[in-house]
Amino acid sequence: MINAYYLQVLTIMGINVIMALGLNLITGVTGQLSLGHAAFMSIGAYAAAILTLNYGAPFWLALLFGALVAAFFGVLLGFPTLRLSGDYLAIATMGFGEITRVILLNLDIAGRALGISGIPHSSNFSTVWILAVLSIVTMVFVGNSRLGRAFLAIREDEIAAEAMGVNSTYYKIQAFALGSFFAGLGGGLYAHYITYLNPSDFGFMKSIEILNMVVLGGMGSIPGTILGAGVLTAVPEVLRAVREYRMLFYGGLLVFMMIFKPNGLLGGVHFSTIRNWLIRIFKGSAGSPAGGSRGGTGAGEDAKTRVQEG
Amino acid sequence: MFLQQLINGVTLGSTYALIALGYTMVYGIILLINFAHGEIYMVGSFIALILVVSYKVNIVAAFFAAMLGCMILGVLMERIAYRPLRHKNSNRLSALISAIGVSIFLSNLVLMLRGPQTTRFPDVIEYQFYSIGPAQISNLQILIIVISAALMLGLQYIVMRTKVGKAMRATSMDMQTAYLMGINVNRIVAITFAIGSSLGAAAGVLVGIYFNAVSPLMGTMAGMKAFTAAVLGGIGSIPGAMLGGVLLGVAEVLGVAYLSSSYRDAIAFGILIIILLIKPSGILGQRALKKV
Repeated sequence: MINAYYLQVLTIMGINVIMALGLNLITGVTGQLSLGHAAFMSIGAYAAAILTLNYGAPFWLALLFGALVAAFFGVLLGFPTLRLSGDYLAIATMGFGEITRVILLNLDIAGRALGISGIPHSSNFSTVWILAVLSIVTMVFVGNSRLGRAFLAIREDEIAAEAMGVNSTYYKIQAFALGSFFAGLGGGLYAHYITYLNPSDFGFMKSIEILNMVVLGGMGSIPGTILGAGVLTAVPEVLRAVREYRMLFYGGLLVFMMIFKPNGLLGGVHFSTIRNWLIRIFKGSAGSPAGGSRGGTGAGEDAKTRVQEG
Repeated sequence: MFLQQLINGVTLGSTYALIALGYTMVYGIILLINFAHGEIYMVGSFIALILVVSYKVNIVAAFFAAMLGCMILGVLMERIAYRPLRHKNSNRLSALISAIGVSIFLSNLVLMLRGPQTTRFPDVIEYQFYSIGPAQISNLQILIIVISAALMLGLQYIVMRTKVGKAMRATSMDMQTAYLMGINVNRIVAITFAIGSSLGAAAGVLVGIYFNAVSPLMGTMAGMKAFTAAVLGGIGSIPGAMLGGVLLGVAEVLGVAYLSSSYRDAIAFGILIIILLIKPSGILGQRALKKV
């Protein structure tokens, strides 16, 4: 049924979902524009690959290690820079991204400009999507927790959040650590799927590509981010002609989205919203118009019991 | 050796300063990091290149044509990508993302039209070298420093001594109040973009001649470095941008000479991050108080 090509596209899509969810937590939920997400991805990818190649570590351990190293760098970058306000932060993360790339280009253990090749092909469709689903669940869980509410408060108004007792620097670092963790996880999966790493694959444009997924889908929305990652992975594959103009299209898309639909395709839509839609549709089509109320009270009660799922 | 590096650094730095002025002016007025400014610089370089190579235009005329062309491009960009956002009162993140979008669009447009290769800029000036002690300075380097200095003085005159400049300063202080005082704020923002873009184009042409190379990807890196220069000097401050540009140019050239050339691009960003940590307001910038 599914041939190898589709399987590959779907696997890459899963990796992109994981990384985009990480960025969504930083940029969409917490409102801190990061332009260096590819750097965290590359850190995770290189760390995991070096661990499996040079030290013969098992795949899962390497993945975890890569993600943790990325998270560590997220904290390291976060401590000094997160005291900066929006624009400065964006530019500092961009600088961090470039520095990471230049360092990888000059690091012996990372194979310098040649990169690393011959990484064992350990990721496949199912490992990627199991982790993607786990990431989605984690994100929903975080979104509904005290942590997630603090993130949202910082995005909406940092000063007001501070006044309410939210230590914004502390929570911003948490957001960075978590977001970088998922970037690193995605990077590790990517390394063990493509089996070849090169610093030039993790430049500024890669960060923009991931940012585009979040922006298109809807900043702050988990279903939106998944949709964005899915669409922007599939479209260049489906429309081969578009591929050459991909970056041109991405640039135009960013401007277009910001002017006409800054909230993205699914801005403000959460899983609970979607479930309510489904219930409404289901109840509507299942008939019983006498029972009426178009899924009003029934859905409300249902939502109460399943609120943890987001 | 040191003096020679210093001369090279000042030359490079004065082009950074020219680009940095565009960033700092726009930021000073609408608090937007105009990411696409580096691309304006690149387009300016290409306009001059195409005019000189294909149409055999005199380099001086090409220089002014590039400035004019980018002036129009800058105004157009503001009109299409930034003004609608300003009128919607959307948050600053949206404007920043829109600016990144414009930047990617422009660089890839030129990439598509011209291909990724680096084009040689024809020799438009006959080289002559003058020696200062052990070091040498070329007539081109003198020309770059003099032109940059002249443009910066011209800008300083416009901002400090003319009516438009006064309006620009007022808008930068408080856009709403300036509007209430009868200043056509949209026009002032457009003028700011026009002036900043033309300075960027001037830098593009000068760098094209100096390094003898023009490529569609030159704008991103130069733009980021010029932004670093603007932050180093204190963003929003015009003398700060000039100072920051020259300092950054010197630091980069000295870093390459005495440390390692493979970390060339990391030097600027390392400086950027250090500045942001120690003194985010830059050398000549004023710390802005946030009103709630």
